[in-house]
Order: sequence, then C-alpha cells, then structure tokens
Amino acid sequence: MSAPTRNRPEPATLPPPDSVRAAHRTHPGWWVLVVFVMLCVLALVRMLFTNPNLQWDVVAAWFFSKSILLGLMRTLQLTVLSMLIGIALGVLTAVMRLSPIPILSSVAWFYIWFFRGTPLLVQLIFWYNMAALFPTIQIGIPLTGPTFWSGDANVVVTPFVAALLGLALNEGAYMSEIVRGGILSVDHGQNEAASALGMRSSRAMRRVILPQAMRVIVPPTGNQVISMLKASALVSVTSMPELLYSAQIIYNRTFQTIPLLIVASLWYLIVTTILSIGQYYVERHYARGGRRSLPPTPVEKFRRRLNSLRSRMSPKEAR
Amino acid sequence: MTEHIEDSGRPVVLRVTGLKKRFGSLEVLRGVNLTVLQGEVMCILGPSGSGKSTLLRTMNHLEEVDSGRVELDGELVGYKQRGSRYVTLPEKQLAAQRARIGMVFQNFNLFPHMTVLQNVMESPIGVLRRPSREVKETAMGLLDRVGLADWSHAYPRTLSGGQQQRVAIARALAMKPRLMLFDEPTSALDPELVGEVLDVMKGLAADGLTMVVVTHEIGFAREVADNVLFMDGGYVVERGHPDDVLGNPQERRTKAFLSKVL
Repeated sequence: MSAPTRNRPEPATLPPPDSVRAAHRTHPGWWVLVVFVMLCVLALVRMLFTNPNLQWDVVAAWFFSKSILLGLMRTLQLTVLSMLIGIALGVLTAVMRLSPIPILSSVAWFYIWFFRGTPLLVQLIFWYNMAALFPTIQIGIPLTGPTFWSGDANVVVTPFVAALLGLALNEGAYMSEIVRGGILSVDHGQNEAASALGMRSSRAMRRVILPQAMRVIVPPTGNQVISMLKASALVSVTSMPELLYSAQIIYNRTFQTIPLLIVASLWYLIVTTILSIGQYYVERHYARGGRRSLPPTPVEKFRRRLNSLRSRMSPKEAR
Repeated sequence: MTEHIEDSGRPVVLRVTGLKKRFGSLEVLRGVNLTVLQGEVMCILGPSGSGKSTLLRTMNHLEEVDSGRVELDGELVGYKQRGSRYVTLPEKQLAAQRARIGMVFQNFNLFPHMTVLQNVMESPIGVLRRPSREVKETAMGLLDRVGLADWSHAYPRTLSGGQQQRVAIARALAMKPRLMLFDEPTSALDPELVGEVLDVMKGLAADGLTMVVVTHEIGFAREVADNVLFMDGGYVVERGHPDDVLGNPQERRTKAFLSKVL
C-alpha cells in the first residue's frame, strides 16, 4: 500500500474509510413523484376509512360466518386436490413428451395443445354439462375389453367432481410444460453418471433428475398454486359453493354486494400470503447444493438487522 | 463361461473386437481391437477427435456401436446375440452390467443435490441393495482413502475441482467395480489440482485395479500404464509398453503428437 505514494502524496486529512458515507444525490423530479404518490396513498387510505359504502361492520360480521368459512374450505379443497392431480398429470405427461416413443409424446402434445388452447371457463362449463355428452360413464379397457364399472353421469359427476376435473386437467397441461422445462434444465451428464452407476432410467429420474429439476419447477409451481386458488373462483358459474359463490349467495339475499366481495377478497389475500411464505421455504429446501450458501430466512434477516441497529446505537460497545 | 487366459496367466477383463462406430457420415471408430488383462492399466492417448472418448464410452454402452463387440469377462456388453444379429439388452440387464464397470467423467458429474457421502452411498444402497450401515462404513473408508473424510457432509459445489473428482472416484469405487473407466479425468482441472487426482489413480493402479484411462497426461501414462494405445482418426495407430510407444515411437503420427504435447 505504501509503494505508489511516491508521485501522489496522500492527503493527510482523508478520514478513515469506515466513516465515509456514500451520498446519493436525488434528482428533483423524484421529489415531485414522491409527493404525488404519497397524496394518492393518503387519498386511498382516507377512502378506506371514510367511505360508508364499504360497510366495514358488515365485513366484520360476515368474515367468520359459517357459510363463508365453508366456502373457503371448499376453495382450499379444490385448490389442493386439483393442484395435486395437476402435478401428477404434469409429471406423467412431461415424461411422456420427452420419451422417445412417438405415440406417447404425441398424445402428451395433443393433451397440452387442447387444454391450454381452450379457456378454462369453457372447460369448466363443459365438465359441468358432461351428462349431456356422456349419459353413462364406464370404466374398463377402451374399445375392446370388459367393463369393470359403470354409472350414471349425473350421479358420478357432481358439481364438485366436474370442477375438480376441469381445474386439474387444465392445470396438468400447464404443469406438464413446467416439469418438462425443469427436466430439460438438468445437465445431460447427470443422466450419464446415473446410468454408469447402474441405475435404471426410472430410478435415475426419481433420485437424480427430478430432485434437481425441482429447483426450476418449484418457483413457477408456486405461481400456479396461487393462480389456481384464484381460478377456482371461476367455478362459481357452475353454482359450486366455493368462497366467491358463498359470498354471492349471501349478497344476492342481503344486497350487501361490496362488503361481501371484500370479505372474499381478504380471504384470498390471506391465503395467497400464506402460500407465498410457504413457497419461499420450499424453494430454499430445493436450493440445497445449488449455491454456496443459502439466502437468509426473513427471521434471520430480522435478527441481523436488529443486531446491526443495536451496534449502531452503541458504537463504542460494538467496536 | 469360458476362461479367457492370455500368455501371462491373468484373465482377460475387457476385450474389444473390430469395433466400428459412426456419427452420421463421420466414422469415429474404424475397427478397434484391444484386450485388457486383470490388474492392467491401459492408457489411451491421441489428439482430440481421434475417437478415444467414444471408444471408452462404448465400453459401458453409453455409446451404441455399429459393429464389432465389447466383452466384459467374456460377456457381451450392451447386446445379446440372437442368431447372427445383436439385440440391445433389456434395461435391467444393461444396468446390471454397468454396475460392474465404474466410470469417472471429465466434468465429475457428481449429484449436486446430495452431500459427498450421499453421492458415494446412493448406488450401493439403491442399485446393489446393500445394507446402509455396511455401505456407510465402506463409503467413509473410500472417502478417507481419497483424502476427503472430513468433507463427507459437504455439498459438491463447495469443493474444488480436484476434490470433486476424488469424490467421483470414490463414488465409482463404492460399487466395487471389476473395471474402471476414466474419461480425461484431469482435463477440466486447474493445473495445480491435477496432481492430487493422479496420485489417487496411481494408488488404485498399485492396488491392482483394472483401469482404462483416456488422458492427455503423458507423464502419468509413462509411469503407471502397462499398455499405451495411441489413436488417430478412429484407428489404433500404435500400441505397446509406454517405454516403447512414448520413448521410441515408430509411427509418424505418434511422433508428431508427442512432439506437440511433450
């Protein structure tokens, strides 16, 4: 450090680097924008408190009512079940699409093409009216074999089953592409190493490829869960009493439309918030071995900030 | 099974006969023959594109062949003979054959989502179905042998290239292979890390492990190999004891190659 000072003598007054604070110079235009945004936020907050049409007392009264909570349960049930079926379908069709057998890969392609290419709302109404297309449902070997079981479509395909089928089949098509992208993101050398160690391809997929693909699959899947939660509101058109339809039933009777929509929206927000937190930790789990050190959890971040604050308050003690 | 005994009295582990392989219009292997005896180390040298890596990869059927045969202990690798035709083996049997052949890759190919110890234990437990306590003991012994016992709970990406390659060697050894294949094991390493990997390999050779090594490390070949194969353009151009092939090459192409790399 002392060598290059021959030509350029260091000013003796320069403070030690620790105490230098970098100064940000802010363009005046930013201040105008800040003031404008602040005014908008204030207006919004004031509206929330003062607008009588919001009827917060009504919101509070219905928030934990039995029919709303039942609707919420139904929404959660639909989301979880259709997500699980969708993920299973997605993995299956992704593996089919990547298989070297042309029939399997084209069937998977067709499935994705169809269910991504038509609106979810149309699919839901379609499943709801399935009895008009297939009056009886049979389970057996297609075209040739015996029938193991058959039943009346109106009895089997209840509104819940119709909603589940619609959401899950649609979700499967999207998950398929997500899973396929994840599998393709894993280095080919991993497959070779697994084969060279004597693993069969099914085992290599389960133990080596999919766990690594998860790092790519999980973030968009988290998004899918959140969209699914909200997409399940579409089911209300088939008079399935999920969260939104439960709210609608009430406001059709009481005409308290806005407060009940607020009740439903708040519940959706609460659940998506919980889901986002869950997603963060799942992502962390699958980041193992990916980075040299894992990012801190919010709790760790909070603790660190608290510590640095404490040391700033009493600098002498900290030094 | 017929016994395959050469002059030296040692059994033949690997025999390659008339091996040909093409990628599209490019002939990569144009009829390769070789024999590896038990406990022998064979080094395959040659310029890039000479077909040496492809040859190595046909030995555990990572690469299909167009004609010719690869035999491990007298058993056809990757195919079974049906009349005059070869039919690819069912996956189960192919996997069982590969389990007997260890392989170390240029890019290590460790499983990044598993710790070092899990990498080594995965296949002995999952494929060979050996009890996990016994496997763990063997695995720790092997990690100790490659000098990484203290790193057993680290994830591969936190290790240096040399350390990762030593884990990869331990992982392959954990399967107790009959034959070890090394595909340019030091080519992806920083120069100062090459030595630690070669030292481990020298130790294995001294213990009598049968090895086929594709490498650019002429010094290693000279010191460790029982047999050196020099390849160019899909042919074996020259073969023999390292002192002859490397010390006193007869073929023009061998001389040209050695003059470039030495």
